[in-house]
Amino acid sequence: MKQLLVLSGKGGTGKTTVASALIQLSHAKAFADCDVDAPNLDLVMHQRCEPIKTDYFGMPKAIIHEEVCIECGQCQSQCRFDAITYNQFNETYQVNLNACEGCGVCELICPVDAIHLESLVDGQMLLYKDERVFSTAKLKMGSGTSGMLVTRVKKQMMEEEIDTNIAIIDGSPGIGCPVIASISGVDYVLIVAEPSLSGISDMERIISTASGFGVKTFVCVNKYDVNTEYTDKIEGYAKRKHLEFVGRIPYDVEAVKAINQGNTIVDIDCASGRAVGQIYETIKNKL
Amino acid sequence: MKIAVLSGKGGTGKTLLALNLASVADKASYLDCDVEEPNGHLFLKPKIQFVEPVEVKMPRINEEKCTGCRKCIDFCRFNALAYVNHSIKVFEDVCHSCGGCTLVCPENAITERNKTIGKIEKGLSENVKVSTGILNIGEASGVPIVKQLIESEASNDELVIIDAPPGSACIVMESIKDADYCVLVAEPTIFGTQNLSMVHELVELFKIPFGVVLNKCLNHDNPAENYCNDHKISIIGKIDYSQELAALSSRGELVSRTNTHYQTLFKTILNRIVEEVAYETTSRT
Repeated sequence: MKQLLVLSGKGGTGKTTVASALIQLSHAKAFADCDVDAPNLDLVMHQRCEPIKTDYFGMPKAIIHEEVCIECGQCQSQCRFDAITYNQFNETYQVNLNACEGCGVCELICPVDAIHLESLVDGQMLLYKDERVFSTAKLKMGSGTSGMLVTRVKKQMMEEEIDTNIAIIDGSPGIGCPVIASISGVDYVLIVAEPSLSGISDMERIISTASGFGVKTFVCVNKYDVNTEYTDKIEGYAKRKHLEFVGRIPYDVEAVKAINQGNTIVDIDCASGRAVGQIYETIKNKL
Repeated sequence: MKIAVLSGKGGTGKTLLALNLASVADKASYLDCDVEEPNGHLFLKPKIQFVEPVEVKMPRINEEKCTGCRKCIDFCRFNALAYVNHSIKVFEDVCHSCGGCTLVCPENAITERNKTIGKIEKGLSENVKVSTGILNIGEASGVPIVKQLIESEASNDELVIIDAPPGSACIVMESIKDADYCVLVAEPTIFGTQNLSMVHELVELFKIPFGVVLNKCLNHDNPAENYCNDHKISIIGKIDYSQELAALSSRGELVSRTNTHYQTLFKTILNRIVEEVAYETTSRT
């Protein structure tokens, strides 16, 4: 099974809109939403079954046992993440779980063994499984560790032995840990760029990030008619970088309507859907 | 006063709103905390006055002192250390700079060195002090850059506008944790609404007062607006979708500096926020 990952650098360029359309067009039997801290693919994929839910445990977090603590303050002074604070009202040291990265330094240096690292539920992995496999997750607010969850979501999809040529993965914006975790191991990346000064700057940064992984990369432009001059620039940039430019998608009010009814843009007849159809025809022979 | 602009979903108009709020104020600081993809500077085009590197600590192994006991490897919860060819190898990409290995080493064979992961550019654009955090390509976490950015504007006297990254994970929490008020920007799709509900939960968790700006409004049912009404969230502003605005923004134009309609619109939103913060402050005390 080959994996195609949809990325963009900049947020809101249309990753999920394009990824969901490609899933329909390619009849992909496996797909995943790796944008774990703002997932949306579930809204347009017409799941017909209840998901199998598994608790996700991220990094264990420090817990201070007050009855043992002698309030020496060493944990607070050694914590590099400012995660330990002294509560003046009840005169105790407390761990801010939103800031704790679970490194274990406080547990190591506590002279009276009052601190232990404990695993907490940081979210839920969801697996929809009928004739298709759809892996996604929900991160619990305030828990943070999204890179690790991205890896788990992909693994959950890959472990299902399903007979399909292509798996499509919806990625997250940015270039940091969730994106790096999502690129690792995929066969193809499709970048959905936006023809604006911001979009071009962000596209250049995601292309540099992806090129570090040596993954075959395609580029398309969404809302191309917002600025055709920049669309031409993006096409030129892709060619200079020897990346395949695979098409232009127009701004389309019908796309908003389709999405808001829980449909992909190829479930209805609309200009943006037809454009993604052409993009699919272009890339399918190269996969 | 610190105002953070966030959205969960990307591309809803965080930067558009943050930039224009800063530019219609008499004086403001704009902090671009979207360090993976910073864009505010493309619109403000500040004259850069200085650049400071952002550094984190990385372990450095003294090979002569190291006895190969591997206590550091056992300690490291991020699997950033390994014993390869009779020496300790550091995987810098996954190191969280906690310093635990230096503490646990019985031979004092581990010290730390600074590693640059990005930079902060500071400059001026008319009435706006601009600070941009930029993460180096290939680095996993921009959290230390956001920390340094926010600390650099610690004074509470002036208006600070924080442009947060998309999502709801650690880097977003770091960006908003000291904010006096959060503005959630939402677009009129079910995608925008699902992600609005996530950041709504986040600001409730952090107990920060907040309001919603509806962006890219079209002439039909707006699920984000329905969400706000259902949850009794105050809508502090509405921006209609306009091809002209999209085109101007695509070219990096700061609309409140060139267009009186937008100047008035953003000024109204800013005044509303200032009122809400004043109200929150008095009702708390």
